Amino acid sequence: MSLSNDRISLLKYYLSIFKRSKQGVIGLFIIIVFMLLAISAPLLTPYDPLKLGSPDELLTPPSLTHILGTDDLGRDIFAQLIYGSRVSLLVGFSAAFISITLGSIIGLIAGYVGGLVDELLMRMTDIVMVLPALPLMIVLSALLGRSLVNIIIVISIVGWPYSARVIRSQVLSIKERPFIEAARCIGAGRFRIIFREIFPNVIPLMIAEGVLYIASAIYSEAVLSFLGLGDPMNISWGMMLNFAFSSGVIAYAWWWVLPPGLSIGFIILGFALLGNAINEILNPRSRLF
Amino acid sequence: MSKGQVKYILKKVLSLLITLYIVITINFFLFRIMPGNAVRLMFLDPRVSKENIDLMMKKFGLDKPLWMQYLIYIRETVSGNLGISFWKNEPVINIIMSRLPQTIILLTIAIIVSTSLGIILGAYSAWRKGSLTDSVILGLSLIAYSIPSFWNGILLLLVFSFWLNLFPLGGTGSIGISHASLMEQILDFAWHSTLPLITLILYYLGGYVMIMRNSMLDVLSEDYIVAAYAKGLSDKRILWRHAVRNALLPVTTITALNFGWMIAGVIEVEVVFSWPGVGRLVYDAIIQRDYPLLQGAFLIIAISVIIANFISDIIYGFLDPRIRKG
Repeated sequence: MSLSNDRISLLKYYLSIFKRSKQGVIGLFIIIVFMLLAISAPLLTPYDPLKLGSPDELLTPPSLTHILGTDDLGRDIFAQLIYGSRVSLLVGFSAAFISITLGSIIGLIAGYVGGLVDELLMRMTDIVMVLPALPLMIVLSALLGRSLVNIIIVISIVGWPYSARVIRSQVLSIKERPFIEAARCIGAGRFRIIFREIFPNVIPLMIAEGVLYIASAIYSEAVLSFLGLGDPMNISWGMMLNFAFSSGVIAYAWWWVLPPGLSIGFIILGFALLGNAINEILNPRSRLF
Repeated sequence: MSKGQVKYILKKVLSLLITLYIVITINFFLFRIMPGNAVRLMFLDPRVSKENIDLMMKKFGLDKPLWMQYLIYIRETVSGNLGISFWKNEPVINIIMSRLPQTIILLTIAIIVSTSLGIILGAYSAWRKGSLTDSVILGLSLIAYSIPSFWNGILLLLVFSFWLNLFPLGGTGSIGISHASLMEQILDFAWHSTLPLITLILYYLGGYVMIMRNSMLDVLSEDYIVAAYAKGLSDKRILWRHAVRNALLPVTTITALNFGWMIAGVIEVEVVFSWPGVGRLVYDAIIQRDYPLLQGAFLIIAISVIIANFISDIIYGFLDPRIRKG
C-alpha cells in the first residue's frame, strides 16, 4: 500500500517537473496534433490519397478544391499528407516498441545472467552496431521487398542493440542493490528476479529511450521511402518526396515539396523534445541538449 | 612503444579481423538466403551477358554446394573480386573504386568544417548558457537535427539552382571542363560541391553543437574551473585553455564512433545532388535492381566504417593515458 502511494507521489512529482519543462510540453503538443490528424484523416479530407485525378487535375497549385494542390497523377496532396501521418506514426511506434522490447529482453538476460551468455549476446549486439545503419536498412529492405511490415522489421533489426546495451548497464547496477539480494534470500528464481524485481526498475529508462527511438524510426522510414524502398500502397511523406523528386518538377511544384518535408521535421522535433524532457526528469545526467 | 600499447594494438587488430570475417559472412548469407537471392536473379536478368554468367559460374563455383560457394566467396572477396554488375556488365569492384574518391572528398571537407564550427558554437553556447545567443544556437541546431537532410538538399536545390540560378543542378563538374586550366577545374569543382557540402555540414552540425555544449556544461561545473577563476585567470584563457580542451574528448569519441551516421548523410546528399559517389551508387543499385553492385557497395561501406572505427580507436588509445598505460 505504501509502495503504490510512493509510486503515485513520484509520478506527481515527475508531472510537476514536466509541466515546467517548456520543451516537453511543446513536443507533446506537436505529437498530439499529428495524432489527431492521423485519427481523423477521413473526416478532414474527402479524397483518397491513391485515387488518380482527371487529366485537368494534374499538377494543379493549391486551390479551393485541392487545398494543397495535386501531384503529377492528379492525386490530392493534402490527403497524402494527412494519411502519411498514419504511416509515420505507425512505423515510429511499432519499430520503437519492437526495438526496445527486444533490446530490453536481451539486455535484461545479458546483464542478470552474466558469464558466457552475456559475452555471446554482447558480441551479437556489437556486430549489429558496427554495421552502418542506413546501408544495412537499405540492403535489408531491397532484399525483403517493399511493404510496411518489412520497413518496420528492418528498422527494428537495426534499432535493438543500442537499447540492449543501455538496459544491460542499468541491470548491472540494479543487480547489486539490497532488494535483489533479499529476493534471492527468500528463494526467488532467476526468471522471477529478472522480470518481477529488475524489470519494473528499467521501465522508466525504456520509456525515455523509446520516445527518442520513435524520432529516429520516423527518420529512417522517411529516408528509406525517399530512396524508393517504401510501401507503394501506403503513401508516406518520404515517398511523396521521392515521387516529387523523381518526377523532375520540383522547381515548379513547391506545394508538393514543402508540406511533407515540414511534416517530417516537425514530428521528429516533437518526439526529440518530448524524449529529451523525459530523459531530463528520469536521468538528469543524460540530457541530449 | 610500451608493452601495454603493443598488447592494446594486438587486441584491437584481432578483433578487427574477426569483425571483418563476420561482416563478409553476413554479406554472403544475406544475398544468398533472403528472398532476393542474387544468384537466382542473375540467371533471370536479361541484362547479364551469357559470357558473364559463365564467368561468374566458374569463378564463384555456383554449381557447387552452398558451403563450398561460401569458402570460394570468402577467397574471392579477400582478393578483391566482388562479382559482376547486372546493370553495367563490368566488375563491381571497378565501379566502386571509381566512385570512392568523390565520396571521400565530400565527407572529409564536411567533417572538418562541421566539427570546427560545432566545437566553436557549442562551446560559446555553453559559456553563455541561458543568453539569447545560446537559445538561438540551440534552437537552430535542434531544427538542423530534425529536418531530413535530403529535404534540406532539395530546398537548397530549389532556391539556389532552380530559382536563383546560382549553382548547378548536380554532378561534380561541367561538361567539357577537362580542357580548362587546373585553377578553372578546381573552381568548377568548388562551384558544384557548394550545395552538397552545405547540406551535409548542416546535417552533422546540429549533433556536434549539442554534444559539445553538453560536454562543456559538464566541464564548466568542475572544481578546476573554479580554481582557475580563483587564480585570477582571464575568461578567455579559462574558456579556451581549460574548458574547451577538456570538453573535446567526448566530441572526438562521438566522431570516431559515428562514421555509420555520417555515411547515412552522404547517401542522402549524393542522391539529391546526383553526386557520383558511393552513396549515389547504392541508390542506382536499388533503382537498377543490381544486387551484386548493392552487395559490393554495402561490403565496401561496412569495411570502411569498421576500419575507420579501428583507426580512431588506436589514435584514441594513444591520446587517453588511461588506455595507454593500461
